[in-house]
Amino acid sequence: MKDFFSVLYRKEGTRSVIASLISIVIGLLVGSLLILIVGATSKNLSLSTAWEGIRIVLMGIFSTGRDAAGALTWGFNPQSIGNMLFRATPLILTGLSVAVAFKTGLFNIGAPGQYLMGTAVTLVIALSVPSGSIPAIIVWLLAFLGGMLAGALWGAIPGLVKAFLNINEVLACIMTNWIAANLVTWFFDSTKVFQNTVENTKSGYIYMTDYGRTMVDGAWTYVRGNGVSTPKMGLDRIFPGSQVNGGILIAIVIAVVIYILMSKTTLGYQLKACGSNRHAARYAGVNDRRNIVLSMAIAGALSGAGAALYYLSGNTEFFWSTYQSLPATGFNGIPVALLAVNNPIAVIFTGIFMSMLNIVGLQLTNLTAYNEYITDVIIATIVYLSAFSLVIKMLLRGRKKHKAAATAHTAPAQGTGTENAPQPADGTPPEDTAKDKAPDTAQAEEGGERV
Amino acid sequence: MTFLIQQTLLYAVPLMLVALAGVFAERSGIINLALEGIMIFGAFIGVLFVRMMQSTEFFLAANEAKNYLAMQGLELLAMLAAAVMGAIFSLLLSFASVNLRADQTIGGTALNLMAPALVLFLIRIIANQNTLQMAQGDAASWFMIKKTTLGFSRTDDLGFLGNTFLHQVYLATYVCIILFVVLSIILYKTRFGLRMRSCGENPQAADSLGINVYKMRYAGTTISGALAGMGGFVYALTTANCASTGDVAGFGFLALAVMIFGNWKPLNIAGAALLFGLFKCVAASYSSIDINGDGVYLLAQIGLSPHLYRMLPYIITLLVLAFTSKSSRASKAEGIPYDKGSR
Repeated sequence: MKDFFSVLYRKEGTRSVIASLISIVIGLLVGSLLILIVGATSKNLSLSTAWEGIRIVLMGIFSTGRDAAGALTWGFNPQSIGNMLFRATPLILTGLSVAVAFKTGLFNIGAPGQYLMGTAVTLVIALSVPSGSIPAIIVWLLAFLGGMLAGALWGAIPGLVKAFLNINEVLACIMTNWIAANLVTWFFDSTKVFQNTVENTKSGYIYMTDYGRTMVDGAWTYVRGNGVSTPKMGLDRIFPGSQVNGGILIAIVIAVVIYILMSKTTLGYQLKACGSNRHAARYAGVNDRRNIVLSMAIAGALSGAGAALYYLSGNTEFFWSTYQSLPATGFNGIPVALLAVNNPIAVIFTGIFMSMLNIVGLQLTNLTAYNEYITDVIIATIVYLSAFSLVIKMLLRGRKKHKAAATAHTAPAQGTGTENAPQPADGTPPEDTAKDKAPDTAQAEEGGERV
Repeated sequence: MTFLIQQTLLYAVPLMLVALAGVFAERSGIINLALEGIMIFGAFIGVLFVRMMQSTEFFLAANEAKNYLAMQGLELLAMLAAAVMGAIFSLLLSFASVNLRADQTIGGTALNLMAPALVLFLIRIIANQNTLQMAQGDAASWFMIKKTTLGFSRTDDLGFLGNTFLHQVYLATYVCIILFVVLSIILYKTRFGLRMRSCGENPQAADSLGINVYKMRYAGTTISGALAGMGGFVYALTTANCASTGDVAGFGFLALAVMIFGNWKPLNIAGAALLFGLFKCVAASYSSIDINGDGVYLLAQIGLSPHLYRMLPYIITLLVLAFTSKSSRASKAEGIPYDKGSR
């Protein structure tokens, strides 16, 4: 049994999981500490409210509100869990978007812009195609694919300038983000048809996608209930009262597809080779420029798909005047990917975790004097920690090495510090092995092509 | 024309200062993507400081007695507070990227996520809404310099220059311009500046000459944080009526664009900031600008959408990036953690 754990511990994946878990724990601690400090120092808040706040931060997904006496109650809350799955859908996809780009050595901070472009095109298609004459499912599919395509094209721009002009993709992404924000606002501002005027209580929103365009008394008007919305696939019966729909299943399927693409196909291999060492990959015959553009386009398509699935649910609304702010879902793809160490399968879980924090935030606002922004603090802490997760992993590895050295040669090993410990044969950092391996095998492939 | 110049300056000056903040960090070898976040944090601290000081008896009495000197002093103190806290906030970035050799873009992104979250969390607790405003009065009545402030009577005509630069302006604007000039000289004409820039170009060589690269990078990022924090507060004071909303409308990223467009050189940055400030000003009030005072609203007649003016800075920057990447004056070693052992 002990051997089993030590083998498990030596695996790179396990260490990644542990590093991510440590980040999460520290993030939650920071959030709790902040609540405690605010609760203890603020005049109109007491320590007991702080304790309630902390409990909700840690277990809010199982909160069922307050009972008659005012005490917090706990249990299975289908509405919370269903909403968590619904909100996880776009997060998983933007997380995948960032992760795919990371694998190719690119930091896709442009997910918000790609998400916005996906949103706009999805909504325009869903609301312009006459759903009276074309089946709703085809309209849905067109809108979904349109959103993906828009995201892909928008993502390709930073990819192109990176590949051909060698411009830092981070800066290019930031610029395209704000261009997208202004472009989308401009579009919906000037074409007034999509602005929701049926529900007068709300202003500044675009119609939900299940509004159909129909002719009433010689003028185009929007009437609700044309069926352009993601099928529920029975999930609404498991989680009654929530917004959940089949989108989460589609997102999971896409994650699996991306996993297969990245780790089982030649294309994925080439993308990763470019990420490990662009020059070595080119030397080995990989078209690095094409792969960089392709990687960003795939990343963009994933963000666009996230937006499409979110807004095609049929009961989500888009606030169109967005030129001053970018969608948080796009940025939250970054922590999702970082926490998952860019593993597409792990992204599913970290995406759900992030949306759980989101729900917890809402519970916190509804039930206590604290508010949902604490969860953003937790997320930011986690991102900050993942910036140096390599250091955490190094510490984990160092401890193991130290132990191994101590058991191997009992007496002399005492003197060797963690840093100066001799490198065991299998102890080379995994990043390096990936780098070394990539060009070699790629070269072999190229040789094969030549013959 | 007066209105146009004044409004452009209001937008351009914080941009200029924050772009210089970016230059300081990059010249020392750290990419400071967190400018936006630090601005948000600085704006919050400045407004909070003003709010707390306003309720002290001294400043209440000063406002009653129209003691402008004391109120301008409060403005300067708030700027200082924002700068100090901005510098402290930026230590998170320098600690991660210098000591822990973390990825600077991710570290910066973390700070950009952290600042609005923390600020909104606290604002909601303090003010029970999403905006933190002054405790009483508004920015114009407390801090704006008017004809009457300077001892003129309401009807005096100060001439074009006087009307433009002495009436309805903020002291903060001029302080920022002076700071911009002084710090540019420090960065490009002093020994300290040369040493700092060498750490961004070739840290190994700098180290071999006895310069402490780590200290220099800390200095660069800390100055950067102070300037960005101050810029954030000045932005909130002059364009948002001294209110903090956990948002500076992408100004930090716009400052990054200014820095790139200005090719990391102070004079070009000042020019770029004025240009982008003009765009911002035109976008905000294009329909009511009467450029030469003949009653013709030229910009409104051209009929371009304000969204175009808002978008232009980013498009221009992207194009500039695309066409000048060969002659870019970006630091050679920026974004690369300094490791003494590596060659």
